[in-house]
Amino acid sequence: MLKQTEGSHAIAEAVALCRPEVICAYPITPQTHIVEGLGEMVKDGSLTGCEFINVESEFAALSVAIGSSAAGARSYTATASQGILFMAEAVYNAAGLGLPIVMTIGNRAIGAPINIWNDHSDSMSMRDAGWIQLYAENNQEAADLHIQAFRLAEELSCPVMVCVDGFILTHAYERVDIPTQAQVDEYLPPFEPVQQLDCDDPVSIGAMVGPEAFFEVRYLQHYKQQRALELIPHFAEEFKNLFGREAGGLVRAYQCDDAETIVVALGSVNGTIKDVVDEMRAVGHRIGVLTLCSFRPFPLTAVRTALIKAKRVVVLEKSLAVGIGGVVSDGVRKALSGVVLRGYTVIAGLGGRAITGKSLRALFEKAERDELEMLSFLDLNWDVVERELERGRQQRRSGPTAENILRDLGPAGARIG
Amino acid sequence: MFQVRIHGRGGQGVVSAAEMLSVAAFDEGRFAQAFPSFGSERMGAPVMAFCRIDTREIRSREPVMQPDALIIQDPTLLHQVDLFSGLAAGGFILINSRRSAEELGIAELAHGIGHDHLCTVPASDLALKHTGRSMPNAALLGGFAAITGQLHLDSVTKAIREKFPGKVGESNVAAAEAAYEHVMKERQSPATHA
Repeated sequence: MLKQTEGSHAIAEAVALCRPEVICAYPITPQTHIVEGLGEMVKDGSLTGCEFINVESEFAALSVAIGSSAAGARSYTATASQGILFMAEAVYNAAGLGLPIVMTIGNRAIGAPINIWNDHSDSMSMRDAGWIQLYAENNQEAADLHIQAFRLAEELSCPVMVCVDGFILTHAYERVDIPTQAQVDEYLPPFEPVQQLDCDDPVSIGAMVGPEAFFEVRYLQHYKQQRALELIPHFAEEFKNLFGREAGGLVRAYQCDDAETIVVALGSVNGTIKDVVDEMRAVGHRIGVLTLCSFRPFPLTAVRTALIKAKRVVVLEKSLAVGIGGVVSDGVRKALSGVVLRGYTVIAGLGGRAITGKSLRALFEKAERDELEMLSFLDLNWDVVERELERGRQQRRSGPTAENILRDLGPAGARIG
Repeated sequence: MFQVRIHGRGGQGVVSAAEMLSVAAFDEGRFAQAFPSFGSERMGAPVMAFCRIDTREIRSREPVMQPDALIIQDPTLLHQVDLFSGLAAGGFILINSRRSAEELGIAELAHGIGHDHLCTVPASDLALKHTGRSMPNAALLGGFAAITGQLHLDSVTKAIREKFPGKVGESNVAAAEAAYEHVMKERQSPATHA
């Protein structure tokens, strides 16, 4: 049913249609309304056959999901920001044990300094933990990806993170077509675990493994993700056939066929980029955008195929790998191994800094003139940076950086954007 | 595309107002996107929310920098926040106040947008009268329908009833209808201060 709804609520409805059996969550900041919505559905009886477990921390949330998934229950949780750091050990364990948990990340920055706003630092911190990571462009896709995520997770016995931009998507109201229960049931078969804790047929899950076998277990995680490269497009295609709309897949190219400049990005910023691409196309610029939906596994071949004819590639990233620059660009460069073109990394939107069409247009035009540096920072306030650096040069005890900068900027909330 | 920016303070229902606007536009068969400015959610702190309305899919995620309409829920923000930043030529300004634009010292804003594009409406008073609480958001949406003509009053009242079922919804609808009448009347009166 088509409705105007909040992103978090649309996701909650989609998850409920997947018939989860255990949902566990730590329901305070940095949490989203998703689990609140699911909790209400369990309580009012609209989501049956599901136990909602309020736990005492994010570490407990994922640990409980590991337990319930190992017991054969379809298990779901959601987190963000410091929450995913607090559950880090369990994040690796869920993947190492091969448990098909689905978890939403309402993408937010990581402190310090404390910041509740959107960027991709949280999910990027867990990019090598063995989970599949899918990034949603809008709330329709955010809802749809959850349905695909359970299918993919259970087929491979591998956990999946669905990454949804915090606030920008989770708190945005827009139209979302919520599928029917019959449609979801047709797409997503009941969970048949490949391993299950069962009193009648006992196994132990999580044995200690020495040098003789650890390597192989780890390799098999990599193998699963390589299989996911085939399954993700396949399940996206099946989804399209059944639900009548596109969602997911490895990558999506927009106006890339004859593009000299191709922008690569994850998540909701692709919408703003597409508007800028249309605007620039209208006055003759040959520019396109490649949306990465799957970041883990990283679709090297699909990215290479999409970018190989371009003259230059601009990777726009909402996370900063301090000390090197881009995270996504490393993958893109690997995909383009041996191909000669100009590659630019742009860090943007950290801690909720607005990414505006105006700034993107100026950035892309600069890229077209090949005047961009290899690594640049969109709308970074260099005056503020320089003042803080100067303070450090003037005196040894220059004080805490974040507080100094806030004092320089004056009262917050007086500015738009 | 028609873009709206709503300014108020934490606790005044700014985010709900944007949400209800988007629902009203959706009910009229249009595409709409509403989102908050993602500030920290404290009572009394300046808060912004945005709504975009269009006849096709809305893809942009940037904050509304060039609004076609501004709804100002709290006139004390006039001295604190750069409220009119980016207002489009011919845009609309609706302010919750029992004082006139001239009394608020902003009558000159009408020069750029036309006197019938700048209105004040005592939304908090109307809300208090009809709902028993001074939450001005629903009343201002009635005023928005009147000043911009972007939405039918019926769609706005339907969205209010959807958000607040039962008695709370009905009393807020009454406040919205009263604000609609007030703004319609004010727009028809000759420009006394122009």
